[in-house]
Formats: sequence, C-alpha cells, structure tokens
Amino acid sequence: MDTTPSLAVTGSRQPSALRRNGDMIFFAIMIVGLIVAPFFTYPLFLMQAMCFALFACAFNLLIGYVGLLSFGHALYFGWASYVCAYAAKGWGLTPELAILLGTLTAAVLGLVAGSLAIRRQGIYFAMITLALAQMMYFVALRAKFTGGEDGIQAVPRGYLFGLIDLRNTTAMYIVVLVIFLAGFFLIYRIIHSPFGEVLKAIRENEPRAISLGYRTERYKLIAFVLSASLAGLAGSTKAITLQIASLTDVNWPMSGEVVLMTLVGGLGTIFGPVVGAFVILFMQFKLSVVGEWVLVIQGVIFVTCVLLFRRGIVGEIAALFKR
Amino acid sequence: MRNTLGLAALTALLLCGTASAQDKTVKIGVLTDMSSLYADDTGIGSVIAAKLAAEDFMAKHKDYKVEVVSADHQNKADVGTNIANQWIDRDGVDMIADVPNSGVALAINEVTRAKNRVFIASGPASSDLTGPKCSPNTVHYTYDTWMLANGTGKAIVKTGGDTWFFLTSDYAFGHALERDTAAVVEKNGGKVVGKVRHPLNTNDFSSFLLQAQASKAKVIGLANAGGDTINAIKQGAEFGIVAGGQKFAGLLIFAPDVLALGLKTAQGLTYTSTWYWDLNDGTRAWTKRWDKMRDSAGKVPSMNMAGVYSGTLQYLNAVAAVGGSKDGKAIVAEMKKTPAEDPVYGKTTIRADGRGMHPAYLFEVKSPAESKYPGDIVKIKATIPPDEAFRPLKDGNCPMVSG
Amino acid sequence: MVTIFGIPSAALFGQLLIGLINGSFYALLSLGLAVIFGMLNIINFAHGAQYMLGAVAAFLLLQWTGLGYWTALIVAPLVVGAFGIIIERTLLQWLYKLDHLYGLLLTFGLALIVEGIARNFLGSAGLPYTLPDSLRGGQNLGFMFLPNYRAWVIVASLAVCIATWLVIERTRLGAYLRAATENPTLVRAFGINVPLMITLTYGFGVALAAFAGVMAAPIYNVSPQMGSELIIVVFAVVVIGGMGSILGAIVTGFGLGIVEGLTKVFFPEASNTVIFVVMAIVLLVRPAGLFGRRA
Repeated sequence: MDTTPSLAVTGSRQPSALRRNGDMIFFAIMIVGLIVAPFFTYPLFLMQAMCFALFACAFNLLIGYVGLLSFGHALYFGWASYVCAYAAKGWGLTPELAILLGTLTAAVLGLVAGSLAIRRQGIYFAMITLALAQMMYFVALRAKFTGGEDGIQAVPRGYLFGLIDLRNTTAMYIVVLVIFLAGFFLIYRIIHSPFGEVLKAIRENEPRAISLGYRTERYKLIAFVLSASLAGLAGSTKAITLQIASLTDVNWPMSGEVVLMTLVGGLGTIFGPVVGAFVILFMQFKLSVVGEWVLVIQGVIFVTCVLLFRRGIVGEIAALFKR
Repeated sequence: MRNTLGLAALTALLLCGTASAQDKTVKIGVLTDMSSLYADDTGIGSVIAAKLAAEDFMAKHKDYKVEVVSADHQNKADVGTNIANQWIDRDGVDMIADVPNSGVALAINEVTRAKNRVFIASGPASSDLTGPKCSPNTVHYTYDTWMLANGTGKAIVKTGGDTWFFLTSDYAFGHALERDTAAVVEKNGGKVVGKVRHPLNTNDFSSFLLQAQASKAKVIGLANAGGDTINAIKQGAEFGIVAGGQKFAGLLIFAPDVLALGLKTAQGLTYTSTWYWDLNDGTRAWTKRWDKMRDSAGKVPSMNMAGVYSGTLQYLNAVAAVGGSKDGKAIVAEMKKTPAEDPVYGKTTIRADGRGMHPAYLFEVKSPAESKYPGDIVKIKATIPPDEAFRPLKDGNCPMVSG
Repeated sequence: MVTIFGIPSAALFGQLLIGLINGSFYALLSLGLAVIFGMLNIINFAHGAQYMLGAVAAFLLLQWTGLGYWTALIVAPLVVGAFGIIIERTLLQWLYKLDHLYGLLLTFGLALIVEGIARNFLGSAGLPYTLPDSLRGGQNLGFMFLPNYRAWVIVASLAVCIATWLVIERTRLGAYLRAATENPTLVRAFGINVPLMITLTYGFGVALAAFAGVMAAPIYNVSPQMGSELIIVVFAVVVIGGMGSILGAIVTGFGLGIVEGLTKVFFPEASNTVIFVVMAIVLLVRPAGLFGRRA
C-alpha cells in the first residue's frame, strides 16, 4: 500500500526564494481582498467562509502534507464549537477564552482519536476516523449539554477581553479575519519548517523516513493533533460568529464537505483550501434555490475532481504556469 | 447543509427590485418543513394558508402590498437561524410564520426578539414559547403542549388509562410534551412507569416498542408528531402492542396523520386539536379555497395551516392599525389589544404572554363505517373553552407577565 | 414474569432479536464491501446508497407496476447490480492504478449524487413499504412475540451469506476470484478475463447491498438517508473484522448486531456507540482486526 503514488499530486518542492515571494504576493492579495470584501458582500457569509477556509486548511495539513485522509474532521470542528458555545453561554466566559477552550477540546480529542487512527494506514485510516467521528456524533446527540437536536442556541458573542462588543459586525469581522490569518500563517510556517519537511518525507515514502531514523508515528500524531486543534479553532470561531452550535457541524456530511473543499481547491497546495472553501460556500449560496440538488452537484464535483482534476483549482493553475 | 440559506438569499435578490421604495410593503416568510416528517402537517399547505391571508388582507387594504416567501428549515436549528437572519437582515422580512419543530422555533423566537420582528408561531408545540421563553415579539397562535396534555392526557386517565409509558421525541418539543403530560397524568391520579427517548425522524421503533411492551403500562403515550407518530403506531401493530392489551395515546395528532394511518388503523384514537376542517361553514369554505390552491386530491388542511392563515391575517390587520410600522413589539402589542374574529378560527384573543386563546376540541377518529365522505375522519367528543384549554397565565412563569 | 439478570425475558429476547436483524444487515453489507475490496481494492462508500437504491427500487416497483415483495427481492438486486456494473465500467476502472483513497472519494461523491436525487423525488421522511401478506403476523413464543417477517429476514440473510461464502471458498469460480485477488497478472496469463471478473464482482457486491435494501424496506421504511446512516456503522464492522476473510465479515456482522442488542437491554444510552467502542478496543489490541492479516 505504501508504494502507490501519493495523494498530493503536486509533490514536494523546495522552498526557493522565488516561490516564497510568490506566496507572499498571493498572501497580500488575499488579505487586501478580505479587508475590502465586506463592503460588497454580506459580512456574515464572509465570516462563515473564513471559518470554513481555516477548517479546510487544517484538514489539508493532514492530507496534503502527511498523506493521511481523515474522513472525520467534523468531530473536532463540531465538538470545539459545542464546548466554545457552552463556555460562552453556560459559563459566561469571554469569547477569546471560550474559543481557546474549544480549541483545547479539539486538541485533546485529536490526541485520542489520532493515536487510535494512526495504527492503520490508507483506507483503514479514513474509515477509522470516520467511525470515531460518528461515535462522537452520537455522543453529541445524547449528551445533555449539547442540547441534542436543539443545539446550543443564542450563544452570546460577548465582549472580547471583556471590552470590545462583538455584537458589532465590524468588530466581529476583524476578529474572525485575525483568527483566520493567524491560523493560515501558522500552517504556512509549519509546512515550511524542518518538521514540515519530515512530514513530507513520510508522505512520499514512510519506510524510508523510518530507516532514516525518524519516529514517524510520533510525527504523524503531532501533525494530527495540530490539524485537529486548528479545525477546532475554526469551529469555535464559527460558534461565536453564528451564535449557534448544532449537530450539523459534527455530523458526517460536514466531514465530507471539508474534503470536497480541499479537493476542489487543490490537495497539498497552500491556498487551495481557501479557494475551495470560498468556491463551495459560494456555490451553496447561489445554487441552493435548487434545493436538494446541491447535494447532487457536490457529488458530481467530487466525481469530476477525482477523475479529471485531481490537482484542484490552485494545483491546475500552478501546473499551467510551470509549463 | 447550509443550502437553504442561499434559497432565501436568492429569493431576496429576485424580490428586492420589486419591493423597494414603497414603505407599505409587508413581507412574510413562511419557515417550515418542506420535505421531512412534518411536511404533510405543515409545509406547502402552510405557505398556501399564508398566501390566502395575504390575498384577503390586500382585498380590503389596497394600499398594502404583502409578499410571501418560504423556505425549508430541514428541522435544523442552525439552518433555520441562518435563513431567519438573512431574511431579516437582507431581504426585509417583517414576520416569520409557522416554524414546526419546537427546537427551530425556540431559535427563531430569539432571532425575532433580538431584531424586533414578529414571529407568528403556528407549527411549534412547546409551551415554553409562552412560558420561560416568552417574547414580546412572538404570538404562539395555534396550540401548545400544555393544551395537548390537558386535553388528551386528562381524558385518557379519566377513562381508566392510569399507568403510562412515554415514547418521546428527543428534542425540545418531545421533552415539553412529555413533561406537561406527565404532570397531568399524575395530577389526575395516574402513574408514569417509564419512558424512552427516540431520535427525531426515526424509521425503526421496534426496540423502543419492546421497552414499552415490557413496562406493562396500560397506555403508551406518544410524545412525538408527524411521521414519527405514524411509524410508531404502525409498527406497534406489527409487534402486537394493541393486541396485547396496551393502548396508544397519540398526544399530538394532526388530521393529515389520520389520513396517512388510514381509518382502519387509527379508529378510536382520541386527540386534542384546536381546529378541524369540517367544524362549520366558515372552515369548510376556507378548506375549499385551500384545496383549490393545494391541488392535491385527498388532502385536508391541518390546524397548523389554519393557524398560519388566521395568525397572519390578524398580524396584517394589526400592521394596518399601527399604520404600517415595522416595529415588531408595537405590532404584537396591537394584536394583544384587539380581539380578532375570522371565519376560520372564530373569535381569538392574544393573551399578554403571547398565547392565542380559542377553544380546543377533543376528537375521536371515526371507524371506516362511520366515515360518510372523503375527509370525514373524526367526531367531536368534547369542547374545551379557551380558559380551560390553555395554561393559566400565572402558571407559565413568563417574565413579561410576572415581572 | 420470567426474568433473566433482572431483565424481563421478553425484553431481553426481543432486543436480541432486533440485534440479530441489525446484524443481518451488517453482515450482508460488510460481506459486499469485503468482496468488492478483495477484487477492486476500493472501499465502496456508495454501498449505503446502493442499499438504499434496493429499497427504493422495491418501493417503485410496487408503486408503478404493482409487483410485490417477492418479485422485488429478485428484480431490484438485478437492476441495481446492473447499475453498479455501469458505474464500474464508466468511472471506477480509471482509478485502479491510483491511490486507493481516490476510490473512496469517488464513491463518496456517487453516494451524494444518489442520495441527493432520491431526496429530491422522495423527500426525507420515510415512505412506508407494506409487508408481503404471506409474512404478516407473528408467533407468540411465550417468552416473546416474534413477528414472522423479522424471523424471515434473519433466515434469508444467513442463507445468502453462507451461499456467498461457499461460492467463494468452495467452487472453481471462487478459486479464480481468490487467485485474481492475489495476483491478477498471473491469472490473466492463464487466459482468464480478469477485467470481466472485476466488473462482475462489483456488480455482485452491489446486488448484495440492494438485496439487503429490499429486505430492509418493510422494517425501516424507505428513506433516502437510510444507507448513509448504516454505512458508517458497517465501516466500523469492517475495521473490527478485518477485510481479510469473507467468513470474518459475516461472523463479525452478526456478532456485533447481538452485542448492540444486548447493550440496548443493559445500557440503552450506549447502544448507538457500542460498535465504535468495540472498534477502538480492537484497534488497541489487534490493529489488523479480528480476522485480518497484516498487509
């Protein structure tokens, strides 16, 4: 199983100065775009899209750079949002503490689920993560504090650091933007660190990495926990922004959706997940007049991407430039 | 899935052009279950009811333009909240109607409260909407769990059904209905011997029914609704529940459910409702109009749909009375001040806590032999006057009233 | 009243029975997954959707043509199996040289498409499918009430599972299959049409899922999401049993059904999660699964 070609088709590239400059230009464009966008678009939509973009980036860290397909990332996203919502509503914590608590929850869940899942590879890894996520979905369904079918509603946005009123849309938008950019930049740093290089080595050829003396299990677990925590950060932020935590965020279609976003944008590319998240959300936004057909369209995109555009939007564009 | 969110957005885009400038435009959003287990009892039928109300109002008030939009909340609180936010923020929706599923309704209750719009709750049951969660922006028009418990629960205990086992839909509505019914059962000398909670929209009740069977309770109280109630009763027949001497008490049954079960299975069931299509000439005439628009042979409107009609009409009249103001609190205050009368729901007053007050009826499902014409499904066993049908104002713990 | 461990026997045996029925479906579906995985190296995420299609096919047959349960039991698997064959020929066959995960992603996409279409036409509430008259009613066994149809489900699925196992382990055709799983190139060298075998295997696996779907229709109603709810549990079953052996898939399926049934009696709150907990324990103790071989 280890000899089959890796999922991330783009392969590893040496971070040249040129490439880094290129990244920085895109990074700058993205920041400017996100600062300007709320003047033209419904801010709540943008905030939601940024949360999903961060979620997809976190997921991409695992599949794009370690080659592990987690089919249960809703677990960290959803549970973080529950804990964050409960902390903000039930205990009256300030939003930054609530978000922190949600993120920590995701980290712990990631540690437990990750240490189980990395015992198997490939398809089994995917099925195990999915099954564990489903288990925690049922726990969320039955648990008292999650509110079951009702979810946790009317979560107060509260005052950031006890000072800034987040009911103000502009303030909330800035907070989400800062969190998103911080998360994005953190992932960028991880990927380009020596740690990230080891991850890529594992993705390309795990037995070889082992023979070089790396304890790959440990690297995989750390990457898993990081990915889960960042997914949790995204989920917590979403709970504060949209003021609700519900079963939708913890159920399996959410896990599938994040896979779709990343696949569409480009597995193993830095900007791919962001592009994918915005594309998919925008599509749902525009096409949902056709009701359940959205599900069908998502399925068709899945099939098309797998058969024809395995590099995703960003990957295909990058390949075009390389030629 | 957040896809319905976009539905709202798109409808908004389409409508924005036509709706601008004229300030005497009222926009109504019917937020309902279009595709799942409550769709037959609410859904498109409720949208039609709202449209009929808009029609009738505009016929009398030519200077007003009433638009009706609708969306499917998929029984998910987050989807419902998203739609409501967008409707109000972007599309200028003034009133949200129906909202079956108490879980979603409690979320909408908070949205309309925060944004000072109006919520005419016809679909949801939880009595908390006029209790601890009551809001100056909400009218709970049609029925509630206290009324159901008090009507059906009391009647069954009085006829000897004194040990109960609850089969409860595991969310806000089921919990409230179970709580209110258990209180009535115990107050009237009955006993609750057990309960089990099942997920919303369950297709296999067998393991829950076995627990009910093992409890040996005389009555299995179904604290659920729509498709869940239908499935439980049908599968109960398969496991020989009724043959074994136990009895189902459907705590919330709508006329369309009776049709879905068929009179053969449903005969003898007693249930409480505030409306039936065949009550009088007014209801029959309205049903004819509804049926023409619904265009689906063999369907009858439910009390939810009639409630959407009367509630919407009363809301629109109040809007006209306050001169087209958008202030949700002022409109609801006006509704509470002025008793209404229409051919569908008859006389209705809105109490201080937002409770719509009208009589309730205890119905019994007819046997196939008793049914004389299509849609002739129940007979009235008792009429309960408004003051007895609904929870006394002082018992509700509504902060608006006590504080 | 007879009690066992303080539990009324009717409740205990009743829940065991329900467990066995659920186990029948786990076994049929994980068997199909294992057969497909053996030949194609693909985890068929669409398996749940194909199970649902079986039920929908039975429902539509009754609605449109009036053909009842027994006809549906034969026709629906054939139709859905043929649909599977088309999918294998047009889509799946391009993926065999790629990472196995692409197979999972593609079939996940297929599952979304099928479920989405079904929801558009059927709504998301369950549609009732009437029991065949010949299987109505039930037996009062004294300690419990046994509906005839449920007894039939257990017997029929057990029979199908064992027949499949016999075909694969004891016949020449099965020997070819097993050989092609181990070394397709060599088998092809013997003049056997391996691609055809792959196609037919997929079709058969899908037909098994559809068969399970028809069996499920009278019990669970016909609803678009019936498959996706079940398939994830079946994945856990497969992880527990390991994909190595056909018999393993069958035994694990029935076994976990019983475990689940018992949980419903003694600790109902955990009944939804018990299979996943078992999976976690198995992963800790025997990562390759109970019947699995380390690849």
